[in-house]
Amino acid sequence: MKPAYDEMFDAARGVRPSYESFAAWLDSTPPEVIARKREEADLAFHRVGITFAVYGEEAGKERLIPFDIIPRIIPAAEWQRMEAGLRQRVKALNAFLDDIYHGQEILKAGRIPAAQVLGNSQYRAEMAGVNVPGGTYAHIAGVDLVRAGEGEYYVLEDNLRTPSGVSYMLEDRKMMMRLFPELFARMAIAPVEHYPDLLLENLRSVAQEGVVNPNVVVLTPGQFNSAYFEHAFLAQQMGVELVEGNDLFVRDDTVFMRTTQGPQRVDVIYRRIDDDFLDPLAFRKDSVLGVPGLFNAYRAGRVTLANAIGTGIADDKAMYIHVPEMIRFYCGEEPILSNVPTWELAKADDLAYVLEHLAELVVKEVHGSGGYGMLVGPTSSKAEIEAFRAKILATPDNYIAQPTLSLSTCPTYVESGVAPRHIDLRPYVLSGKEISMVPGGLTRVALKEGSLVVNSSQGGGTKDTWVLER
Amino acid sequence: MLSSTADHLYWMGRSMERAENTARMLDVTYRMSLLKQTVVEPHHEWRAMLSISGLHEDFEARYDEPSADSVMRFMALDEKNPGSIYNSIFAARENARAIRGSITSEMWEALNATWLEMHRIQGEGIAEDGVAAFFEWVKERSHLSRGIAHGTLLRDDIFRFLRLGTFFERADNTARILDVKYHILLPSVADIGGAADYYHWGALLRSVSSFESYRKVYRDLITPRRVAELLILRPDMPRSLMACLNEVNRLIQEINGPRAGELLRRCGQLHGDLRFGTIDDIFERGLHEYLSEFLERIYDLGDLINTTYFWSTDEWPSALPMAQQSFKMPLAGQMMAR
Repeated sequence: MKPAYDEMFDAARGVRPSYESFAAWLDSTPPEVIARKREEADLAFHRVGITFAVYGEEAGKERLIPFDIIPRIIPAAEWQRMEAGLRQRVKALNAFLDDIYHGQEILKAGRIPAAQVLGNSQYRAEMAGVNVPGGTYAHIAGVDLVRAGEGEYYVLEDNLRTPSGVSYMLEDRKMMMRLFPELFARMAIAPVEHYPDLLLENLRSVAQEGVVNPNVVVLTPGQFNSAYFEHAFLAQQMGVELVEGNDLFVRDDTVFMRTTQGPQRVDVIYRRIDDDFLDPLAFRKDSVLGVPGLFNAYRAGRVTLANAIGTGIADDKAMYIHVPEMIRFYCGEEPILSNVPTWELAKADDLAYVLEHLAELVVKEVHGSGGYGMLVGPTSSKAEIEAFRAKILATPDNYIAQPTLSLSTCPTYVESGVAPRHIDLRPYVLSGKEISMVPGGLTRVALKEGSLVVNSSQGGGTKDTWVLER
Repeated sequence: MLSSTADHLYWMGRSMERAENTARMLDVTYRMSLLKQTVVEPHHEWRAMLSISGLHEDFEARYDEPSADSVMRFMALDEKNPGSIYNSIFAARENARAIRGSITSEMWEALNATWLEMHRIQGEGIAEDGVAAFFEWVKERSHLSRGIAHGTLLRDDIFRFLRLGTFFERADNTARILDVKYHILLPSVADIGGAADYYHWGALLRSVSSFESYRKVYRDLITPRRVAELLILRPDMPRSLMACLNEVNRLIQEINGPRAGELLRRCGQLHGDLRFGTIDDIFERGLHEYLSEFLERIYDLGDLINTTYFWSTDEWPSALPMAQQSFKMPLAGQMMAR
């Protein structure tokens, strides 16, 4: 495997143009100052309580996501291309969702095998024929990108259900501006702080036809959810109510929230609860998080859910391989962003190949997320590989495999000093009347040496992401 | 405002106030039990303390004879007693945590710190010579959280619901202290002006921080009738029923709302009765009868606040669980032995 592409240094250890200003500043700043700033950042994150809960650990335990002060810098031209690619991709994904819940033209045209869509557990038959405002399903998409080489970006996955992490993007920027204002004065860094405004505008734009001043709320599963901090943060930043299922009720197919001044109608729900738990009358009966009758109100076109119900079919890993075909079919264009080559273990040939090459590949669960239940061949022990082989053989349909991409690295503070660590990027794409996004996104970094897993639940950290304006 | 947010604020205010009042009641009982010339059997004092809070059944199920030590443990530190200071502070903190985004960070941090310290104290226990200091600490933390609310919160419904809880709970508690203590002390009324009387009524006044105020207002001997007047009718006495109802009535008028009609009417009635009542009328009816009726009316008002602002029954689809109630304490009236 060739050495990883480093965002800051070229192969000859020369500083890349995008990092020149930053590197000069870093060289001229005494290490004690940097150390003090890093401590300051730690303290501030603790005090504000920017934490997340970790599943499987002691109940109620909260952890800080490690924050690294060396930014990930993206040159202007690279971002322009990336942004065009993201717009194209999300547009196609929304068109695909609208299509498979209505005319199913792409299946009729034989471009994607119908069985793979209609037989998928993520396909919501209840949504067939339901019209959603503007035909928009994935109002908020978090598309995970990785860089393998010069100008070479791959889409790793499309998160179209309830992608999280945007609060870290905003808090990281706030922290960097507080710690190093001089850098922002010196460099032309595209702002991201208006994300909550864009989000609110986007949510208001997808209210049902005829609603004049739509009432938007954020629906959270509650304070024991791992992303509760983000739910509260976004509601507060947008100036809208943060509600739990108990705060809402449905009467005459209309959703209301209980307020001290009586029932108040709700028009748009930015929900951070999974489909299954939204409405105990329509989906899981044992859900106490949801709102009874919500699905009927939704189907009657009396309330907008963002994201729509049933988006999981489009970000399913089994569907991922078909996204380039969706782009060709719905947009009539060639994809700007590439997919990672993928083997489907449901296919006998692919399965045989993958079992032969487990030590070189990354194997993922089709429906998994958060870095749980995956195998990274090159960094796993023999025993781990054999254990995983048994799991694959038990249910091969549950898995896909990809080559181990050599994810790009970025210099990062670690115990021994500054060292390269692998990173990815999650831009947030907002779809409503129009598609909008802030430049950049959340950069996650795998803090363990050599590790390719950047998820916060697996010991990943974050970095501020700078898109240069020139 | 969301009903659930208002509900949490109201119970945050009530719980902290209850912690303070429980500390006050324990403090006065403890002081009285130390008096040499005590006019009543010592365990009477402690039994009375339990009946104020309506918790004697729970106590009897788990403890032996009421004594300074056992009641203190039960009312201050017992995790299983929903009315203990420990649980009141826990409830205040949990309610605050649920609405962290609606209160100032100072407010949250103070309540959180109070809880962490309470938790530590509970683990270590309270030594005999630390009893007074513990009650002082509880009162101080309550003063602090009220002060922070006053000094940092925007004067909107967030502030109002918090204060509503505070004064509602205080009215309830002052009425209870007066009712129970009055009964216990009554046998000594024959000896008005006697030394025992002085100490006991003095202790009662001190428990509601009114000893100095009494002196300033009456410049005379402590008599039961004046104590009752001070704690029921004086609008300038911050823990009197009149002062509490002045606040409650004003807050409800300010919060108002489309469903508040009946609440405003009933609250205005109770307020008016206090405003235009005289101590002679009250004593003619009988103080105990008067206070019992007051507590009934407070309890009904509490129900009405609940259905007006928090959980209107006409909106509840029958299938929904009332899961929300877990951090709250039962209404004092529900726990009271009737």
